[in-house]
Amino acid sequence: MISYDFLQHYWWFLIALLGGLLVFLLFVQGGNALIFLAGKEESERQLIVNSTGRKWELTFTTLVTFGGAFFASFPLFYSTSFGGAYWVWILILITFVFQAVSYEFQSKAGNLLGKTPFRVFLTINGCLAPLLIGTAVGTFFTGSPFVVNKNAVSDIASPIISRWATPWHGLEAVANPFNVEFGLMVMTLAICLGALYMINNIANDKLATQLRRSLLISFIAFALMLALVLMQLFTMEGFAVAADGTIVMEPYKYLHNLLQMPIVLVLFVVGALLLVSGVVLTLTKPSFKRGIWLTAPGTVMAVMALFMLVGYNATAYYPSSSDLQSSLTLSNSCSSEFTLKTMAVVSLIIPFVVAYITYFWRQMDKKSLTTEELESTDKY
Amino acid sequence: MVDTALVDWSRLQFALTAGYHWIFVPLTLGLAVIMATMETIYVIRGDDFWKQTAKFWMKLFGINFAVGIATGIILEFEFGTNWSNYSWFVGDIFGAPLAIEGIFAFFMEATFFAVMFFGWDKVSRRTHLLCTWLTGIGAAISAVWILVANSWMQHPVGMAFNPDTVRHEMVDFWALVLNPVAVSKFFHSVFSGWMTGAIFAIGISCWYLIKQRHVRFALASIRVAAIVGISGTLAVMLSGDSSGVHIAKYQPMKLAAAEGLKEGGTRAPFSIVPGVEVPGVLSFLATHDINGYVPGINNLLNGYTTPDGINYPSAEEKIARGKMAIEALREYRAQRESNPTEAAKARALLDEHIDYFGYGYIESRDELVPSVTLVYWAFRIMVGLGGFLLVLMIAVLWAERKQCLSKAKWLLWTAVCAIPLVYLAGQAGWIVAEAGRQPWTIEGLLPVNAAVSSVSVAAVQTTFFLFVAIFTLFLAIEIRILIKAIKKGPEGINN
Repeated sequence: MISYDFLQHYWWFLIALLGGLLVFLLFVQGGNALIFLAGKEESERQLIVNSTGRKWELTFTTLVTFGGAFFASFPLFYSTSFGGAYWVWILILITFVFQAVSYEFQSKAGNLLGKTPFRVFLTINGCLAPLLIGTAVGTFFTGSPFVVNKNAVSDIASPIISRWATPWHGLEAVANPFNVEFGLMVMTLAICLGALYMINNIANDKLATQLRRSLLISFIAFALMLALVLMQLFTMEGFAVAADGTIVMEPYKYLHNLLQMPIVLVLFVVGALLLVSGVVLTLTKPSFKRGIWLTAPGTVMAVMALFMLVGYNATAYYPSSSDLQSSLTLSNSCSSEFTLKTMAVVSLIIPFVVAYITYFWRQMDKKSLTTEELESTDKY
Repeated sequence: MVDTALVDWSRLQFALTAGYHWIFVPLTLGLAVIMATMETIYVIRGDDFWKQTAKFWMKLFGINFAVGIATGIILEFEFGTNWSNYSWFVGDIFGAPLAIEGIFAFFMEATFFAVMFFGWDKVSRRTHLLCTWLTGIGAAISAVWILVANSWMQHPVGMAFNPDTVRHEMVDFWALVLNPVAVSKFFHSVFSGWMTGAIFAIGISCWYLIKQRHVRFALASIRVAAIVGISGTLAVMLSGDSSGVHIAKYQPMKLAAAEGLKEGGTRAPFSIVPGVEVPGVLSFLATHDINGYVPGINNLLNGYTTPDGINYPSAEEKIARGKMAIEALREYRAQRESNPTEAAKARALLDEHIDYFGYGYIESRDELVPSVTLVYWAFRIMVGLGGFLLVLMIAVLWAERKQCLSKAKWLLWTAVCAIPLVYLAGQAGWIVAEAGRQPWTIEGLLPVNAAVSSVSVAAVQTTFFLFVAIFTLFLAIEIRILIKAIKKGPEGINN
């Protein structure tokens, strides 16, 4: 029986899936963060830009679809977070906007600024976008200062239902170390993914050596951030939904969630193992190049598990630190049953979309990218 | 009190983003058809000339495409950042087409765009052709869904107000998708993109003819582009006609503003320019009947009765009923748990006046009239330029077929100069559509002052000027890169 409650959970599953895919596809950003660090020579930088450049639109599209899916399924989140944490989202958008044009513009004659500034834009996007997205997701666990009052619609003079409680409009998130650590964790993971993707996608021994070095450093940083985040996550108080629908603070809520949802526990553990094994195998076996195809599914699974941890098992996924009862839960922020059902039917197309993306991805990446190929065909 | 400056700056920011976005989108829609047609000829004939011709237009397509994407993402997220109340109040309906757009269209564009550009040697010739078409089809599908969303803002259908969640909720998905306004708007917008692509390609090709460079390439491009452009323009005219009827039916104030019509009636005149009117033509365009009744601005504000006896309330009555609906909602929510009887009464009152709910946020009747000067002149610019560009494309194609185009310098220069005009026409069209809908974000349901986010005016001003700087920089760079690429000309084709 497809109940309203099931549909809410199904849509949160899709949000989690899109979130997982988005973090995996942030390898584009991670790769760009290495343009100047791993790419010592022009030919190497060109290889990096062209390697990530053939996939950037998928990351971009996943981000847009992630936003669209949130809008369609949990519009109160869209309304509260985007309208409230104004500066964080605007900054994220601006970094992506610069990225979108930088690939196309960077090597074109007449681009006004020259090649380097556009590559700097790509690098800034490579670092800032995962950092900011991660910091924003960190607030899913720690809370944000907002108040939701649906009765405000009846106030003709001021009918706005969601209000941010600080004038910082999202920037206050950096005052909480957990959010920043979460952001740094996503950023360093993106760099690991970028390095892994390019080790597999680019045939250039010298660049591969530099990428492995970058992978080692970023993985150490990632492991440190992951340990910090997990330590706090499993010991912190969480935002629980009581039987009467009120929001209460529950000690060890996220640890409880993990233990009370064995499937999520398995997803998280398997995901984490795959993620780590892809990196470790790449670092320990010089001939091993396909680490991305272990780390990528591992990333998707681990990120999905984190989203499930914060959304399922009677948890407020977007808690308010200003007014506990304004916190957003799957049931109080979702679309109507009709809309969720309609969109659930639409979502059946997703496997087909994934299938054709996978097919053409394989077609395009059958052969690793070389400097020779860039000299003979169209390039960025 | 919602700060009117906040509303104005939020509107300005959205208009800026939408305006810039619509510089890049129509060229994507139009060039996609032109280059895919050229590649089809290449695959059928096996003539490398057509491959290089298609590749040249693809190069320009790619430069333009990236900026279109960049401005598009901001547009989507601005519904949340700047119109957060809107996002909740109608997100149950409006979010669906945006999500579908992402799933159906954006992934298509993203996947096949990369194959189209970098896959010439990686996939078969036919598969590549398929990917080129799918890139264009992806862009058109994207237009379907965003225009379904926009049309719902012009003519909301398929929803019901739920006082428990305080929002409108979707009750009929197909009513939303097959909204008559959406159907005509889709054809009108997409085919106007064909016009843009065609005028762009024709203008550049004519420049090559003036310079006596790449003559074969230029003439071939003109043939394809003119056919695409002329058929597109005819479709724009047809869909424009049905669009006019829909506006008359669902947004009479927009029509009255676009015509500067203060007092309406039967045999309403069409204003060519102020003071020059053709009797009965507006009635015919609006109702397909020369004696049809078209209300003017004053009729709409004062209330009126059509010749067949239907009464329409005055602005004051609508505002009063809107305020009663809002008060009934407040009462319903206050009583729904403690006093079900009173709640039921309030609910009945709300249902009675719900059609005027949005009017409750309107303070005075003057707010209900959009900027007549802006909408009136934007409409004339759109229609006038559309007609001129059609004649131009026919003339260019005729001259090309008669093999006298290269000698007709005046025609070649006119075609070159027409490139900015097609953009002006497109922008004017959207000004009519969006500025003509004011003060509503959703016609009759939610005015702009009840739709904004709770952010400071200073924040929106800052982002507005930031976007002005970024978009203008991108536009300047794009134009410069395009000019360089055009000057360089197509590769692999003899001069």
